[in-house]
Amino acid sequence: MNELAISLDTVWMLLAAMLVFWMQPGFALCEAGFTRSKNTVNILMKNFVDFMLGSLLFFLVGFGFMFGSDGAGFIGAPNWGDLSFYKGDLPVEGFLIFETVFCATAATIVSGAMAERTKFSMYLVYSAFISLIVYPVEGHWTWGGGWLADLGFHDFAGSAIVHSVGGVLALIGAIALGPRRGKYGKDGKSRAIPGHNLAIAALGVFILWLGWFGFNPGSQLAASGEVNRIAISHVFLTTNLAAAAGGTATMFLTWLKYGKPSLSLTLNGILAGLVGITAGCDAVSPWGAVVIGLLCGIVLVFAIEFIDHKLHIDDPVGASSVHGVCGILGTILTGLLATDGGLFYGGGWHFFGVQCLGILVIDLWAAVCGFILFFGIKKAHGLRVESRVEDEGLDIYEHGESCYN
Amino acid sequence: MKRIEAIIRKTRFEDVKEALLQSDINWFEYHDVHGIGQSRQERIYRGVQYSTDVIERIALTIICRDMFVEPAVEVILREAHTGEVGDGRIFVSDVIDTWSIRTGEHGDTVLRDKK
Repeated sequence: MNELAISLDTVWMLLAAMLVFWMQPGFALCEAGFTRSKNTVNILMKNFVDFMLGSLLFFLVGFGFMFGSDGAGFIGAPNWGDLSFYKGDLPVEGFLIFETVFCATAATIVSGAMAERTKFSMYLVYSAFISLIVYPVEGHWTWGGGWLADLGFHDFAGSAIVHSVGGVLALIGAIALGPRRGKYGKDGKSRAIPGHNLAIAALGVFILWLGWFGFNPGSQLAASGEVNRIAISHVFLTTNLAAAAGGTATMFLTWLKYGKPSLSLTLNGILAGLVGITAGCDAVSPWGAVVIGLLCGIVLVFAIEFIDHKLHIDDPVGASSVHGVCGILGTILTGLLATDGGLFYGGGWHFFGVQCLGILVIDLWAAVCGFILFFGIKKAHGLRVESRVEDEGLDIYEHGESCYN
Repeated sequence: MKRIEAIIRKTRFEDVKEALLQSDINWFEYHDVHGIGQSRQERIYRGVQYSTDVIERIALTIICRDMFVEPAVEVILREAHTGEVGDGRIFVSDVIDTWSIRTGEHGDTVLRDKK
């Protein structure tokens, strides 16, 4: 391969890695805004922990679990900080950074759903666990060249691998914790616990939207040559259209349902469109992207209502609906709307079936891991802070600092 | 010497303030207050509809010599009025004594109203 071309590809990959890293403050601000001011230090700290522990552990062993050589297609060999095993055109250290920021994205999705009531020390255990095992293993099945990749499962940038896994873990974590005090009345009715700063949350979502322009187009891992420059431009467009369609659908749906267009849900709707398009952003047409965005924006509202009002699972930021439900939906819709092989484009049932199978086993893996982890911690040590700590805020009791002074 | 307390709409505060300063009152204090009353406001957050009974108002406190009570009350009645339910209340009560911290003098002459 041409020297200049590979340098161009490397620069694009590293630039995209920066944008994906930039999603970390996006998540941090989004989650901080949607929760109360007495827990802001705690949620910011959790977002830093996800990236700090994720970076170290993924370098140490996760990278090997995900991309190392294997026999059965289930898990790679741990690399123990040694990167020499990796053979590829791109410089391995740059590739490690690119994969690290994806791993950390999966990890950081969970903190919002478990906000305002989780022991910080136990969150550390969870955060290490996902970067160490949960993400690298299912990542190995797909991007690491494991058995799902062999079947033809398509998840371009991680609707399933990153987002649905984060979303499923978020859901299980929220179930294990139970709702925040005061979230459900004695009559079982859901109560609103308004977040303390929607301006911060909105800034976070804009940052995430920007970050996604690295997340999806960057996953092409190449920019040089005609094929690549067309591909990354296409992905850029589909990503943006889905986000816009998702937010628009949510805005009008909430207007219809509640009489007023809701900012708090529209922010989620934008993210829903982004999560949904991530699997098929290279494979669907721009029109397909709009369809995926619209469907995700609509399903999102019903998913949030169902999880909150019917299941009584308290997810303060909607992570399980945005990343879990829309991640699954986006992966399945790719099987229908991919212009090459999708069911609606005459590709038959095979590809669609593989997408359904893939999302099923990936999320089953995440659910089993999450169940063992969160309920194990709950039984062994307790996952939740005392009620007094919860009432007065985790910032003071867990960290000894408050955000606003 | 009297204390005039008035609970007024936030939206009327600027006009009340200007009118009080143009009358003979040269100092008053005010603060944001949250009240609980009969009226409800519908709100929606993340798909949960709820009503809040918290009503936001501004409370003014004016301490003045007896002769200024009537003009001050008139100003508030005029400027804080919209005619809708929830315009607020005015309370007038006696103040027994007052001191100036700087000069140590006491009695209602320390209230340096204009005139």
